[in-house]
Amino acid sequence: MRKVARKCYLPTNKLILRLIQETKGKFKASFSVTGVALEQFGMYAPEVLESFRKLAKTGCVEFISETYYHSLSYMYSKEEFVQQVEKHKKLLKKELGITPRVFRNTELIYNNELAKFIEDMGYKGIIAEGADHVLGWRSPNYVYRPVNCEKIKLLLKNYKLSDDIAFRFSNPDWKEYPLSVEKYAGWINSVNGSGNTINLFMDYETFGEHQWSTTGIFRFMGRLPHEILKHPDNNFMTVSEVADSYEPMADLDIHHMTSWADLERDLSAWLGNNMQHNAINELYRIESMVKETGDPVLLEDWRRLTTSDHFYYMCTKWFADGDVHKYFNPYDSPYDSFIAFMNVLKDIEHRVKKHYDKGGIDESIKKSGSRKKI
Amino acid sequence: MFGWEFPPFNSGGLGTACYGLTKGLTNQGVKVTFVLPKGPSEMTDSPSHVNMVLANQIYKSNLSKLNGVKLKGVDSLLVPYIASEEYEYHLQKFEELRKKDGGSYEEALYGKDLYQEVHRFAQKAELIAQFEDFDIIHAHDWMTFPAALSAKNFSKKPLVVHVHATEFDRTGGHPNQMVYDIEREGMQKADIIVAVSNYTRNMIISHYGIVPDKVQVVHNAVDEEAINPYEYSESVYKLEPDEKVVLFLGRITLQKGPDYFVSAAQKVLSKMDNVRFIVAGTGDMQSRIIEQTAEHGISHKFIFTGFLRGKDIDRIYSMADLYVMPSVSEPFGITPLEALKNNTPVLISKQSGVSEVLSHCLKVDFWDVDQMANKMIAALQYDSLSMSLIENGRRDLSTINWNSSAKKMLNVYRSVQ
Repeated sequence: MRKVARKCYLPTNKLILRLIQETKGKFKASFSVTGVALEQFGMYAPEVLESFRKLAKTGCVEFISETYYHSLSYMYSKEEFVQQVEKHKKLLKKELGITPRVFRNTELIYNNELAKFIEDMGYKGIIAEGADHVLGWRSPNYVYRPVNCEKIKLLLKNYKLSDDIAFRFSNPDWKEYPLSVEKYAGWINSVNGSGNTINLFMDYETFGEHQWSTTGIFRFMGRLPHEILKHPDNNFMTVSEVADSYEPMADLDIHHMTSWADLERDLSAWLGNNMQHNAINELYRIESMVKETGDPVLLEDWRRLTTSDHFYYMCTKWFADGDVHKYFNPYDSPYDSFIAFMNVLKDIEHRVKKHYDKGGIDESIKKSGSRKKI
Repeated sequence: MFGWEFPPFNSGGLGTACYGLTKGLTNQGVKVTFVLPKGPSEMTDSPSHVNMVLANQIYKSNLSKLNGVKLKGVDSLLVPYIASEEYEYHLQKFEELRKKDGGSYEEALYGKDLYQEVHRFAQKAELIAQFEDFDIIHAHDWMTFPAALSAKNFSKKPLVVHVHATEFDRTGGHPNQMVYDIEREGMQKADIIVAVSNYTRNMIISHYGIVPDKVQVVHNAVDEEAINPYEYSESVYKLEPDEKVVLFLGRITLQKGPDYFVSAAQKVLSKMDNVRFIVAGTGDMQSRIIEQTAEHGISHKFIFTGFLRGKDIDRIYSMADLYVMPSVSEPFGITPLEALKNNTPVLISKQSGVSEVLSHCLKVDFWDVDQMANKMIAALQYDSLSMSLIENGRRDLSTINWNSSAKKMLNVYRSVQ
């Protein structure tokens, strides 16, 4: 956490704050930060949390709603999903004084049914991957209306322009290498007249971690907003401003689950093999047992297992897009990650059983109290 | 090509490797003359030994099927992959059998020690070099090095030394000086050295003082035609319903880590009861290992099968729910590939060459018996894990074939011609 704070979060937050000041509030950005990440900033790098507070105060930065634990809970337990989204919302209010209005699901996992569910939870917008196989000839640069929804606006990630920065920026084999701000701004400008919004959505670790500082990524980002603002038709908006400003171009029907992962843009990175299905089914099988104990420590430990990364590490389709999966993976193999996960899960199950055997809350848990929250 | 065993007349991975390599080379249009010391290649208490002469005949008729490979026999008692202390063990067993059988064995004069055998082989090799026509001399492991060197001296042809195992692997890091000297001389005088893995290559460079440029890696492989699994009938072979079987198959020697297998088994049994452990093979540590199981009070959970060959090997792989190769030092290790071939997931030590080519398996440090037990339990308890290991492991298997290894070997030959 200290390392990534030093290499990425702190310098990038500082840069964004500087850009907001330099442009007198014309530059805007939206953040999607999980509850777990905010918690860990509080514990290991409080200065990162402080820098997010500063950004929140500018009024030019929006924070997006998501599951507290970066989980796949929507597909396995609606009850848990709602609880995690609410928990995240409360944390944003408490730490940053912000109430989110737009939702994005873990890994941009999305379909029609989710959009309806989110609309009913009161959100004005939702973000999804602008995958070719769902868009077809349509452009990701408009706001859409999910089928069967009445109010909610669907914002699509422009994956090509996003990935130009996130993945290809420092790749010397790319034909556009090296990427200059003038060239990139030119691509943005060329959308004028054939789109209302360009949603650039990328991993925050693009800045300083995926693309190291030595690639010139910070210099690029420091100049890009100025270059874009040179064109009189361009401006920056947060996600809810986009939702407020534009009417849907058309209905968009996305029946199957999509995501932003790999080439397939589907769920196979998390739920593609038997181990992943086995692990996640076992996890949600004990949900109600864990909740019925009323033990906050047990519940917290169980919830930490819902994080999608655990299942990502179990992915065995290394052959096609392996390098991305191996990156930031603490395990030597997907099998090792499965075994570690199942061991922890078994331990939780064991503790749940012990709880019922004793007919109440374990004494040791009572003494230590619930885990300290930030 | 100088070797000392060839299937079905083999006792370990070396014979299998020689078979696969020669077949691959033949497919590449290379003509191979294979010189090996004839005679009992494996001494055990198993009755199959009595059929050795018959095995010899099967052996001869089989060879004719291998177009392009000629075999030459030299009398010797060379048992592959053994340390010199083990040779004495085998010699003693052999003598016992000779006595039991009323001395009806072929009255070959076996050397009192392994070195004498090695030099006897070398003397015959010079004769063979005179009669055979060849372009390259290729020697498999140290016992053939003196033979290959005398062939080289006579013919002045380039020598490729193929290292399947070093004395450091066999002895757990306490090499016998005489063996080490023979290995080093062979490596130094060779025109090029082929190692079966990067693991072995590093050992050659660091322990034998060989310049890195002289050592190439050609990984071992599996016979493509033979990757169909044995047709296993659970109703016939299943020992107990609901019982899981964990298999160790290999020589029961220091190098193979059987003691770590037993320690891990003890830990597994403390967590689950419905498991049986099978130890297939023989070796100088056998009685010690049996005692170890007795000390822990788990001998009723163990089966010692003795030495297995042929169909029995495939059958026992198929019976197993998990194959474990806990080797302390394994230059390559072909058995995990054979296990996968029979749809059995594998757990291997990281101290092995095969772990360089097999990614879809469980891996542990051989000394980490806690992890070994942890992974054994997981593989036995979660079908999703064992199924994924089999499915993806078999995909790995299809890429590890002898034709591609033979192509690499051909490039090695060309580099010294």
